[in-house]
Amino acid sequence: MTIHTRSVAELAAGLARKEFSAVELAEHFLARIERSNSALNAYVTVTPERALADARAADEARARGAAGPLTGVPLAHKDIFCTDGVRTACGSKMLENFVAPYDATVVERLHAAGTVMLGKTNMDEFAMGSSNETSHFGPVRNPWDLDRVPGGSSGGSAAVVAARLAPVATGTDTGGSIRQPAALVGISGIKPTYGRVSRYGMIAFASSLDQAGIMAPSAEDCALLLQAMAGFDARDSTSVDRPVPDYVAELGAPLQGVRIGLLKEFFAHGLEGPTATLVQAAIDEYRRLGAEIVEVSCPSLPLSVPTYYVVAPAECSSNLSRFDGVRFGHRCKDPRDLMDLYKRSRGEGFGAEVKRRIMTGTYVLSAGYYDAYYLKAQKCRSLISADFKRAFAEVDLLLGPTSPSPAFAIGAKVDDPITMYLNDIYTIGANLAGLPAMSIPCGFDGALPVGLQLIGPHFGESRLLSAAHAYQGVTDFHRRIPAAYA
Amino acid sequence: MSLTRKDVEGIAHLARLEITDAEMSVYTDSLSKILSFVEQLGAADTGSIEPMAHPLEGESQRLRPDEVTETDQHEKYQSNAPAVASALYVVPKVIE
Repeated sequence: MTIHTRSVAELAAGLARKEFSAVELAEHFLARIERSNSALNAYVTVTPERALADARAADEARARGAAGPLTGVPLAHKDIFCTDGVRTACGSKMLENFVAPYDATVVERLHAAGTVMLGKTNMDEFAMGSSNETSHFGPVRNPWDLDRVPGGSSGGSAAVVAARLAPVATGTDTGGSIRQPAALVGISGIKPTYGRVSRYGMIAFASSLDQAGIMAPSAEDCALLLQAMAGFDARDSTSVDRPVPDYVAELGAPLQGVRIGLLKEFFAHGLEGPTATLVQAAIDEYRRLGAEIVEVSCPSLPLSVPTYYVVAPAECSSNLSRFDGVRFGHRCKDPRDLMDLYKRSRGEGFGAEVKRRIMTGTYVLSAGYYDAYYLKAQKCRSLISADFKRAFAEVDLLLGPTSPSPAFAIGAKVDDPITMYLNDIYTIGANLAGLPAMSIPCGFDGALPVGLQLIGPHFGESRLLSAAHAYQGVTDFHRRIPAAYA
Repeated sequence: MSLTRKDVEGIAHLARLEITDAEMSVYTDSLSKILSFVEQLGAADTGSIEPMAHPLEGESQRLRPDEVTETDQHEKYQSNAPAVASALYVVPKVIE
C-alpha cells in the first residue's frame, strides 16, 4: 500500500508502529508537492525546512515515548492562518510580503500536537470567493479536471488533500468555504459550531460568521484533527468555554433511531440531475443504516443568500478597514497626502471581488441605508436561525446537497457575481445560524465528485462526525483519488 | 436599485478605495445588481423580530480583567511596516 493514499488515521497508525518515520513521511509528501504543485497551484508557500525540522522533532518525541495521536502527521495550513516567521498572504497582493509575527491558535495547537507543517495553501482573496479564482496568486486547479475550479474559498486546501499533496489541511468557512470545495474535490470537511475553534490569528472576513475547520479524506480524520483544534481560547472573545467531547471515541455511535431531517427547501427548486440522484441514494443508505428519515421545513431559508450578501460584506468592510497602508501590508508609491496613501494603497492592494464586497458593505452600513439593508438582513437572520432551532426540536441532523452542481469550468462564472454567490445556496444557512456542518463525498457525476451535506445543532459535532463515519463505513467514495495522483 | 456613477464614487470615497475609470462602470453595474438582488429581503415579514448580531448570544463576548498580558514586541511587529523611523510609523505630513 502506497503511503499517500492512506487516511490520516492510517498514517498515524503507520507512524505509531514505526513502519515509517515522520521524516520519511514528510519527505514523501514534499517530493509529491515538488512534482505536482506547479500544475495545481494549490500551495502558495512550501516550507520544506520547517517540515523537516517539525518531523525530526516528532521522531524524537516518539523515541522518548512522548508521541500523541497526531505526532508526525504532515499537514498544510490555509494561508489565512498566521504562521510565525512564514509569509501569510491571505490570497492578496495587500499581504504579499507580510510575514506573520505570531502563530494563530489553530497553528499553535496543531504544532503542539506534533503535526508537521508542509506549507500554506492558496485561497480566494481574503476568503471571498467560491471558486479560488479571486486569488492574487492565480486560480487553483481541480485535481479531477485541471480545467475546473476546486471551489472556494479553501480551494488550495481542498486540492492538496484531493491530490494527496498533504494528508490533511486546515480551512475556514464563512459561507461554505470548507464544505463547498470539499464537495467539489471529493473529500470530507467540517465547519464546527461558531465559537468551537479559536479564530485568534485567523485573518478576519466576517466575524459573526467565520469559523475554522478541517479538510481530510475521511470523517474519522476530521474527528482526530478537530480534537486537537477545538476548545476555549481566552485570546478570541467569541471562543466558547465548554468542554470538548471525545470526538474520536464517539465516532462509533449507532445511527439506529437517529432522526435525519430533509429540508424541504433544499429539495424544492433547482436540485436536479445527478446531484439529486446521488443525494437520494445517500438518503436510502442512511435509511438502511437505521436512521429515521423525516421531512422538515425552514421556510425562511430562501432568504439566506441575500441575507448573507448584506451581513458578510458589511462585516468585511469593517474588518478590512485595518488595511490602510500604514502599519503593514501594501503601500502605494509616492503618496501625495494621507488620503491618497489610503486610497491608492487599498485600491492597488485589493482585488476586484474584495473591493466589490467592501463597497457593498460600506453602502449597506451608510447613513440612510442601514435600516433598509443591514438591520433588515439581521432580522432575516433571526428568522432563519429560529427556523433551524424549530427543525432541531424535531430531528437530530439535517441532510441535503452541499453544492447545486459539481465543479464548474474555470472562468465560467467569474463575470457574474450573483451566479457565483448562488453556489453557496445550501451552505450559507449553517453559517448564519452558527451551526456545525460537514460535507462528505457521496458519488460521482461523470468524473466529478459530488458532496453530501450534514448539518447539526449547536455543538453537535460528535453526531455529525459519527453519522458521516457510519456512511463512510459502507461506501468508498472518500477513498477515491484522481488517477493522476494515485 | 440602480446606482449612478456618482453614487459609486461616493461609496468608494467612504471606503477609501481608489477606483480607476475602467473599473467604475463595472462596479456601477455589479453593485446595482447585488443591491437589486438583496432587495428581496424587503418582502420578508420581520415586524416584531429582533435583529441578530451574533449566532450564540449569551454564550460569548466575554470581558477580561484590564491587565497587561502582552509583552513589548514592537520591533518584530514593525518589521512588516512600509516605513518606520524611531519606532514610529511614518506617513505623509498631516499637519502643515
